[in-house]
Amino acid sequence: MSAYNFAYLDEQTKRMIRRAILKGLAVPGYQVPFASREMPMPYGWGTGGVQVSAATLTPEDRLKVIDQGADDTTNAVSIRKFFENTAGVETTEDTSQATIIQTRHRIPEAKLTEDQILVYQVPIPEPLRFLEPRETETRKMHSLEEYGLMHVKLYEDISQHGAISTSYAYPVRVSGRYVMDPSPIPKFDNPKLEMDAIQLFGAGREQRIYAVPPHTKVVSLDFEDYPFEATKADHCCDLCGAEDSYLDEVIMDDAGNRMFVCSDTDYCRSRREAGHIGPMGAEDAA
Amino acid sequence: MTPLLQVKGIKKHYGMRIGCADVSFDLYPGEVMGIVGESGSGKSTLLNCLAGHLPPDAGQVIFDTRVDGPADTVTMSEPERRMLGRTDWAFVHQHARDGLRMSVSAGGNIGERLMAVGDRHYGQIRDRAIDWLGRVEIDESRVDDRPTAFSGGMQQRLQIARNLVTGPRLVFMDEPTGGLDVSVQARLLDLLRGLVREMGLSAIIVTHDLAVVRLLADRLMVMKDGHVVEGGLTDQVLDDPQHAYTQLLVSSVLQV
Repeated sequence: MSAYNFAYLDEQTKRMIRRAILKGLAVPGYQVPFASREMPMPYGWGTGGVQVSAATLTPEDRLKVIDQGADDTTNAVSIRKFFENTAGVETTEDTSQATIIQTRHRIPEAKLTEDQILVYQVPIPEPLRFLEPRETETRKMHSLEEYGLMHVKLYEDISQHGAISTSYAYPVRVSGRYVMDPSPIPKFDNPKLEMDAIQLFGAGREQRIYAVPPHTKVVSLDFEDYPFEATKADHCCDLCGAEDSYLDEVIMDDAGNRMFVCSDTDYCRSRREAGHIGPMGAEDAA
Repeated sequence: MTPLLQVKGIKKHYGMRIGCADVSFDLYPGEVMGIVGESGSGKSTLLNCLAGHLPPDAGQVIFDTRVDGPADTVTMSEPERRMLGRTDWAFVHQHARDGLRMSVSAGGNIGERLMAVGDRHYGQIRDRAIDWLGRVEIDESRVDDRPTAFSGGMQQRLQIARNLVTGPRLVFMDEPTGGLDVSVQARLLDLLRGLVREMGLSAIIVTHDLAVVRLLADRLMVMKDGHVVEGGLTDQVLDDPQHAYTQLLVSSVLQV
């Protein structure tokens, strides 16, 4: 693929993005504006994540792409192919083998290490956006640490539903300073945000990059009498029997039958290969 | 006694035109000051300059803060001024929609200032919201309704509750009864008078309705073309107007 520069973007653009990433890492949770480029995919399909990945990739990297935890859905497959074609890097579905993982809406179940980078695709980076539509005002609120409004949203949840019903994109406070939208990951994944790997967040349409460095304190916002709870379906995986993984609910037929399976396909596969079997799993499924 | 608010030579120009000019006065704790005048006389400009919404071109607004004593709010840092704006100050807009979050329930609207100053206990926030709904005569059952479902008078009362929940010492009101029908106005005024007396609030009320200042204000300033033309005790100014414009204003009130 000599028609493209390595990883699609030209070197000057990657340099610009890397500067934004470094700034983001230096100020954890702060949304760094960057000159987002037009990518060969529509907005909302991960243009921000792709640009961050492109700027982070080196020829020696091994890339994994997941979409809602799965390696084999459209979004994941096409982005993985995109980098196979334009960067010629090795790809993998194995979480532990990957050096860079681009993700949409999940954090892998397997514990990530210090040699790995997790890149998130972010639709709307501003956690205060739906409460305060003015960008000038939200920037001021961030700079002055005026985060009372974020709790108004949680208050509304409790007053309407009796519990904090926000189940994804659950707001967090990073390093005791910036309130951040962790992208639409389920709140089950929020405790995992304190991890050993570098986490980078790219929002292409909104032109923002932010980051959480390794071992950074990330606190999910809550009330004293309604503490944060990482919730998942009260079930085990029907294929691999895992009790500790986030589950997708799959409707089986019109008669109301359903099954729960790990949303992280690699985690489920590796467990089945290790001999774990869930209630609906078959001996030879793996 | 130290004045709660000392205003010295406030001036605001919009290009060549005068917004307000050379306004000075002192406001003492517990005192209610009315500012009257016709449309375009600079009342709202002055109020916005005092409340920190507009930067004045010249002058000082010295507020007696709880911690540091008198401080000039024009030159203080923005975080400090905004902190004042949600603790010791309150601002009641003419249109309740400007002062409320229309997509947030009544309870959330009242609780916002509490959460902004660090309250993190849902039960306590909700109890205080319900308490304040009662004080502004809104039924407790409406606590989870959005202000869009409220009548104009209820919205205005909700706005007042939302502002007073943190126990401010100074309230700025911009035509608080504008746009309400007279019977609702009367109830709102009654409520405001009760709250002001009960909480010992100081207030600055901008209005063009002389009945409002007659009921609420201890002192009165009359503005015309950006200047204060007359000031004094409310009854004195209204019963014995000296300036030609004040005489016109007083005589223009319709008698039913």
